[in-house]
Amino acid sequence: MARPVQYNTKVKTVEIPEGYSGEGFFATSFDKAIGLARKNSIWPLPFATSCCGIEFMATMASTYDLARFGAERMAFTPRQCDLLMVMGTISKKMGPVLRQVYLQMAEPRWVMAVGACASSGGVFDTYSVLQGIDQVIPVDVYVPGCPPRPEAIIDGFMRIQDLIGQESLRRRHSDKYKELLNSYGIQ
Amino acid sequence: MSLTNDNIKQRLTDKFGEAVSQVEETFGMLNFTVPKDLNLKVMQFLYDDEELQFRFLTDLTAVHYPDRKGEELAVVYHLYNFAQRVRLRMKVYTSVEDPRVFTATRLFEAANWMERETYDFFGVNFVGHPNLKRILNVDEMDYFPMRKEFPLEDQTRIDKDDEMFGRGGHIGI
Amino acid sequence: MSEQHITLPEGSIERVTQTLNLGPTHPATHGVFQNILEIDGERVVSSESTVGYIHRAFEKIAERRPYYQITPLTDRLNYCSSPINNMGWHITVEKLLGIQTPKRVDYLRVIIMELARICDHLICNGVVGVDTGAFTGFLYLMRWRELAYEIYEEICGSRLTTNIGRVGGFERNFTPAAFEKIEKFLVEFPKALKEFETLMNRNRIFMERTQGVGPISAERAMNYGFTGPNLRAAGVDYDLRVAHPYSSYEDFEFSIPVGTTGDCYDRFLVRNGEMWESLSIIRQAMDKVKALPADVYHADVPAYYLPEKSDVYTKMEALIYHFKIIMGESDILPGELYNAVEGANGELGFYLISDGGRSPYRLHFRRPCFIYYQAYGELIKGAMLSDALICMSSLNLIAGELDA
Ligand code: SF4
Repeated sequence: MARPVQYNTKVKTVEIPEGYSGEGFFATSFDKAIGLARKNSIWPLPFATSCCGIEFMATMASTYDLARFGAERMAFTPRQCDLLMVMGTISKKMGPVLRQVYLQMAEPRWVMAVGACASSGGVFDTYSVLQGIDQVIPVDVYVPGCPPRPEAIIDGFMRIQDLIGQESLRRRHSDKYKELLNSYGIQ
Repeated sequence: MSLTNDNIKQRLTDKFGEAVSQVEETFGMLNFTVPKDLNLKVMQFLYDDEELQFRFLTDLTAVHYPDRKGEELAVVYHLYNFAQRVRLRMKVYTSVEDPRVFTATRLFEAANWMERETYDFFGVNFVGHPNLKRILNVDEMDYFPMRKEFPLEDQTRIDKDDEMFGRGGHIGI
Repeated sequence: MSEQHITLPEGSIERVTQTLNLGPTHPATHGVFQNILEIDGERVVSSESTVGYIHRAFEKIAERRPYYQITPLTDRLNYCSSPINNMGWHITVEKLLGIQTPKRVDYLRVIIMELARICDHLICNGVVGVDTGAFTGFLYLMRWRELAYEIYEEICGSRLTTNIGRVGGFERNFTPAAFEKIEKFLVEFPKALKEFETLMNRNRIFMERTQGVGPISAERAMNYGFTGPNLRAAGVDYDLRVAHPYSSYEDFEFSIPVGTTGDCYDRFLVRNGEMWESLSIIRQAMDKVKALPADVYHADVPAYYLPEKSDVYTKMEALIYHFKIIMGESDILPGELYNAVEGANGELGFYLISDGGRSPYRLHFRRPCFIYYQAYGELIKGAMLSDALICMSSLNLIAGELDA
């Protein structure tokens, strides 16, 4: 009986960035090479609080499998992660905790707000819910939906990949970026 | 022998007489009010009595009636008899100025957090509660949000500011 | 404590207990719970829980929304099994309004509710597996949860926060594809569940990790207000589906699995047992549904049930009802009632006071999680730290429900 082993023959390689190539060498800018490496091995930190977190579970699990996008390793320590995925309602009680987690992450760091609640407060326009996490931390990508389907979460993830791939290495040192952080009271 | 609402009513009036008031049956559940200083006594009686045996606290919450002067807050207990599968509802009224009610935590462990929640939402002060502080909201909150006079929405938000969003349409730009 | 072999100096760390903060974002706590533990080495001496990290003010919102807009709120209570919450709310409102639903609606509801119960238990038991080191079971079972989600999708269009059904019945009839998918689920899922049980139930490691962890006696459990699988694991056969049948549960044959010690292992087995019972209930309901006329999917209550869209455009009466319902002008009787359904993790109660207005005067949700989470401190007292975490996942705490 044939053993149920399959060899993955459909290996996909990433596109080669623009650059000069000649015999035995290939030259491109640091931006592109590093961006390429970064975007294909993102370590997400799932910050799942409620319903959207359950959809994220589905995204991670067998059917949708986020690992295909280079995000195999869910790390739960903010120190080692690049991408903070905020999924679910963030209440005012939780706000400072979220901020603390963000502050602990090392640069460069990205933030993705998954779901209506994280993006804007969603249906909960109430005294206890933070009206969007962008009140306490800067956000790169918003994923709409209540909850977003796993496909949407994956799409948001790919947008993050695009951002990361194109980011200039200088961005995090620019005045504009510092100003952005300052507007959130982060030094 | 099965326990009927009439039985319960009879037992209660035998024991407490006039103190048990507004006895009625809605949707098959017995409903009555007791004065607020008797709430523990009645619950203890319901708990201990061999026939009644209401030994499970299903639910505890409060309701705010701003129009009823002197009895604005109603604390509502839902009790359950496991053996006979009977529910009943007991209410205690208290005024907003002096919202003190005896705690049921000695009788039911379950009452602990439910009373904290009720305190958090309505400001009912449960006398004798081991740890009466806010449970769901932040500790710094200085009002009791479930009372009718407080708005649902957070008033500081400026991007949704018309009548439809409950912010009067005059805040913001 | 064993006898001491070495003499420790005064003030050394082994002689004092330490405080450990677990949560609210600790990876091992599934959901946002904070526990401040006082630990002596690895043993938990005492603990204090803080909740409320996703308090969303459901009860306050419910006082501002017309009845049909409250359904989406109930979705977000226990989001692992939102259909049960939806139906519980519909049944409560129907009771208030005195609506009698046709048998077929009841049976369809039963199918959906039991499916939701399976999904919920699946996650809970899968997660208990993950916490004891068996990721396989979880990943494997997720596939069948997806299948159940496809069934929801077929019926109402969404996966997780379903907003399924309406007051009086369902929004639309089940399609043949939905029935096919349910059949498929009924054929395939038992195999997977069997495999899962083979993997876990008699697994030495799993048993060692869960037996005797976080036990509770029936008496204490009742005093703490336990309901649902956690109470049944302690040996009390209290199930609302039998004690106070709703939605025609009295027409079904099923048994209530109970445990004896109320520890994590019993809770696990009770949940597994319930999944089998649910499967059998779905099976029976499918047979019953087949025997009934296939075009009934809502009660005949035009004043509360939204009319067909095509009728709204063509018939005056339908247009008026549509307008009244959407604007929240339909006549709601004043009244006060408590109604409960057997949620996936206990008695999910709705205490509703209506003053005849467009939205409830007061709506209180009796959330089973909130009530039994109080016992957590007692359950883990004296346990090892790693056992405390298993205990937490086996209680099936859903933050959304807990914090309302
Ligand atoms: S966006 Fe919707 S699904 Fe997501 S956390 Fe908020 S309420 Fe839940």
